[in-house]
Amino acid sequence: MSGRRPSLRSAIGAMLAKELRLELRAPQLLPAMALFSVATMIVFHFSLQRDAVAGSLAAGVLTVTLLFSAMLGIARLFVADHEEGGFDGFLLAPVDRSALLIAKAMALFLFLVIMEVVAVAAYALLLLEPAAGARLLGQTALTLLLADVGIAVIGTLVGALAVQTRARDLMVPVIALPLLVPVVIATAKLLAPTFAQGGAEALPGQWLAVLGLYDLVFGLLAYGLFDFLVED
Amino acid sequence: MYAPRLPVWSVATLIALVGGFAVAAFVAPMDADQGFMQKIFYLHVPLAIVALVGFVFAGVCGVMHLRSGEPLWDLRSYVAIHVSLILGIAVLITGAIWGRAAWGVWWEWREPTLVSFLIVFLLYCTYQPLRFSIEDREKQSRYASVFAIVAGAFVPLNFIAVRMATPYIHPRTLDAANENLPGWMLGAFLLCLLGVALLYVTLWKYEMAHKQLTFRLRALQRRLGGEVPTTRSAAPDLSL
Repeated sequence: MSGRRPSLRSAIGAMLAKELRLELRAPQLLPAMALFSVATMIVFHFSLQRDAVAGSLAAGVLTVTLLFSAMLGIARLFVADHEEGGFDGFLLAPVDRSALLIAKAMALFLFLVIMEVVAVAAYALLLLEPAAGARLLGQTALTLLLADVGIAVIGTLVGALAVQTRARDLMVPVIALPLLVPVVIATAKLLAPTFAQGGAEALPGQWLAVLGLYDLVFGLLAYGLFDFLVED
Repeated sequence: MYAPRLPVWSVATLIALVGGFAVAAFVAPMDADQGFMQKIFYLHVPLAIVALVGFVFAGVCGVMHLRSGEPLWDLRSYVAIHVSLILGIAVLITGAIWGRAAWGVWWEWREPTLVSFLIVFLLYCTYQPLRFSIEDREKQSRYASVFAIVAGAFVPLNFIAVRMATPYIHPRTLDAANENLPGWMLGAFLLCLLGVALLYVTLWKYEMAHKQLTFRLRALQRRLGGEVPTTRSAAPDLSL
């Protein structure tokens, strides 16, 4: 190995590969998140006492299910690194510190997408009333992808904050849920017409803009703040 | 020694607040629809605006702290959030009273302005627990600043989302397209806004002075070799 500093991109790539390899070898986060999302749907089925949901109710149930499953992932995101000395190892490497958090955010984003593939399929099978056509799936996918960016960014920030605290598992939902309320509002508003008409209408532009703005602002902010979260 | 012009600030706050409420009560015209109850507007709205601006100010202090590493900026951020939280409680209480009088309900879920203020308030309620649960002081300051910046950016973003959502029954106070504050009402409102802003600055200065005096006292006690009483506070300790 030459004495050259590895570029930010290769550092992120290595960290991301490490995250995915860990999850592949000893699946921990993904099965838990997917199982939890399906279990939440069963809870909704019994607590709402409905066999099928449509419209804004369907949008709300899906949004809450995915958000709470995401909380599981956020709470565990940094625990292994904190307990097994991953942070120390990373800090010894001559790479930009934000690489760790960018890789974590990308890993969380990927986990969320994979979990949602399972969760939305289960949802369409178990609870969703309108038949899942191509337009409905397309609109749902676009909305959820935009929401995932926001959840991944906020989740990485809050997860990195919370892992340093004594009350780690308590801090994550208490801080992350209020911060994610705009995402919840926009996601629910976007999915409601989709689930009411089976995707016949275009998505409301203003809520797409809210989600995009949220992702942009917190993405830039997180990029600027990541450096301060790994210092030690 | 700390904040030498505190008496001036205090007197200015008193004059502006009393003057503002006097103009609001006696000069500004009675609201045709709600009568005297509408006067709570001159307290509720300035409190809400000042509390939100205070949260953003705390975020700016957080940026300064991370850039300079100066612990005084962390203290400024902490005190700003503390005072804003106290004002926030007043906002929720006056808002509930007004809502009860004007709409007949203590709380209105369909109204995004109320809900979003509650969200911001709940978010900032986690600031002190967060500080308490990080033991290492240096780390605590840094992470608290990160929180203050993220939450400070969240406040205007939240506000934009609220403006975009369909307004329901909460009146929009500062809306150019809907200029609904005639003459003296606007004058009284601006005077009250100034008064509450001065109140915020004065309270902030008092707490800053109090904290710094406490730290100075503690440092002196330590130099004398005496017992330093430990207090349960999440504030950054500058005496160390």
